[in-house]
Amino acid sequence: MNLDGLTATEIARRVAAREVSAEEVTRSSLERVAERDAGLGAFLHVTADRALDAARRLDTALAAGQPAPPLAGVPLAVKDVLDIEGVPTTCASRILEGYRPPYTATAVDRLEKAGAVVIGKTNMDEFAMGSSTENSAYKPTRNPWDRDRVPGGSSGGSAAAVAAGMAPLALGSDTGGSIRQPAALCGVVGLKPTYGRVSRYGLVAFASSLDQVGPFTRTVEDAARVSSALFGWDPRDATSANRPVPDFAAALGGGVGGLRVGIPWSFLEKGVDAGIMARFREAVDALEASGAQVVEVALPHAHHAIATYYIVATAEASSNLARYDGVRYGLRAREAPDLGRMYGQTRDRGFGPEVKRRIILGTFVLSSGYYDAYYLRAQKVRTLVRRDFEQAFAACDVVATPTTPTPAFRLGEKTGDPLQMYLADIFTVPANLAGVPGLSLPCGMADGLPAGLQLVGRPFDEETLFRVGAAYQRATSHHQRTPPVGGP
Amino acid sequence: MARVTVETVEQVARLARLSLTEEERETFAKQLDQILAYAESIQTLDTAAVEPMSHAVTSEMVREDVPAPSLDRQRVLEAAPDAAENLFRVPRILGG
Repeated sequence: MNLDGLTATEIARRVAAREVSAEEVTRSSLERVAERDAGLGAFLHVTADRALDAARRLDTALAAGQPAPPLAGVPLAVKDVLDIEGVPTTCASRILEGYRPPYTATAVDRLEKAGAVVIGKTNMDEFAMGSSTENSAYKPTRNPWDRDRVPGGSSGGSAAAVAAGMAPLALGSDTGGSIRQPAALCGVVGLKPTYGRVSRYGLVAFASSLDQVGPFTRTVEDAARVSSALFGWDPRDATSANRPVPDFAAALGGGVGGLRVGIPWSFLEKGVDAGIMARFREAVDALEASGAQVVEVALPHAHHAIATYYIVATAEASSNLARYDGVRYGLRAREAPDLGRMYGQTRDRGFGPEVKRRIILGTFVLSSGYYDAYYLRAQKVRTLVRRDFEQAFAACDVVATPTTPTPAFRLGEKTGDPLQMYLADIFTVPANLAGVPGLSLPCGMADGLPAGLQLVGRPFDEETLFRVGAAYQRATSHHQRTPPVGGP
Repeated sequence: MARVTVETVEQVARLARLSLTEEERETFAKQLDQILAYAESIQTLDTAAVEPMSHAVTSEMVREDVPAPSLDRQRVLEAAPDAAENLFRVPRILGG
């Protein structure tokens, strides 16, 4: 049986029907990683033995007549920012080299309990800081559509793994666009849930008020199914929301008739690549043709979002990353003669340039004399960005924009200019600041590279995002396109 | 606006327990100056009557303080670069 290119939904159906065993599915996925990943670098660590053990346990349970879980046998790639007990977590940083966490992240645990089989940990920008996966201390990841180009970031390994057909499902984390931007650049579906939807327990913290875990898939249907398993309250994360989790897949057929899609046209006026803009206009037309009402909305503070984000996120990061001091985990500069120098030398050696840059910026904006002008003011502008969305959602049900201003850029193109790299996230950052959910889905090709459509929804209304996204994928076939090299 | 100099970077790096090479200090000073110049746009907004937003979660985040088992101490210590007698071991703290 050829399992290449099957969706998570289809794999779970066949495993549940015992048309194929979870072990066969796992072996097939691991074989594709072995064949395809050498040229892509999506994985940092492949957990073959652990995966085959889990698959065989599932097969035994199914053979004994136990009911099939919703994601039975679905291969899952996990960004190396989420802990799995006994499996190395590096965050693509030297400072965590050798660390094997003594516990498993709730997000991973929930998907494993739902039957998914973890096949490995994926590459990323160090500590999720970056938009290209070039900040990995280990290796860059290449875009399956064009290996001279980046997959986006920071969850570039997870996006590339799904795009190249190595796994139908991956987990990432999104602090300023780190799921949606690589999903767009690699031509797959990526969801950043509402802040609080997914437990952050076991997610290595970057900016705690912005970080959110979410899935990469090929179809909106898969994303919906996975989200019903992934979402939910967790007493181990004080910010996780105690809200009911709908059966999202059941509501996919609703269509877009009567729904209002808001377009913030003035936010899109400048700096958007012509090809990306053309695909976006076609996507809006397709939604309108499916019965949606297209209206104009304003996000008057959205162009301040990048500035706001790089103050808030780096401030939080500088505090969160204080814990890497060579005492409790990972690297230690062993020759340092005293504690003070051990801290400094460990951190100097363990952190890469982008992480150091952000720690310095974050420490600066929090320091006495600059706190009010930068950090406090950025927190106030964050309120304004959130109000923009509240006002927009009075006039529409989802806000649509391109996910990124340009298609995938070349490796090395932006590494010398951090600000240009930051601006790659201009359309994704506002949703993180506001805490609202965002879904990116493929909407065609610009200069031979994938373009992404982003749908942003009201807090805790992922259901409408899935409904609109599923209607779009029924009306178009962009999500069925696969990369020419190494793809399914 | 604030100008970021090599001295500023040096001072902030000390607070953040990073020492940085001379080259890193110069590069970061230049780049952070550019980033803060870009961030200057938020200074033009009138935020006098705006509440700061520290978090997307607005509901109460407190819970009852009930003792419960936590991670196994031995497993946690095993992940450390150096541990002994149920403690993390570090280099000398005084003198040296």
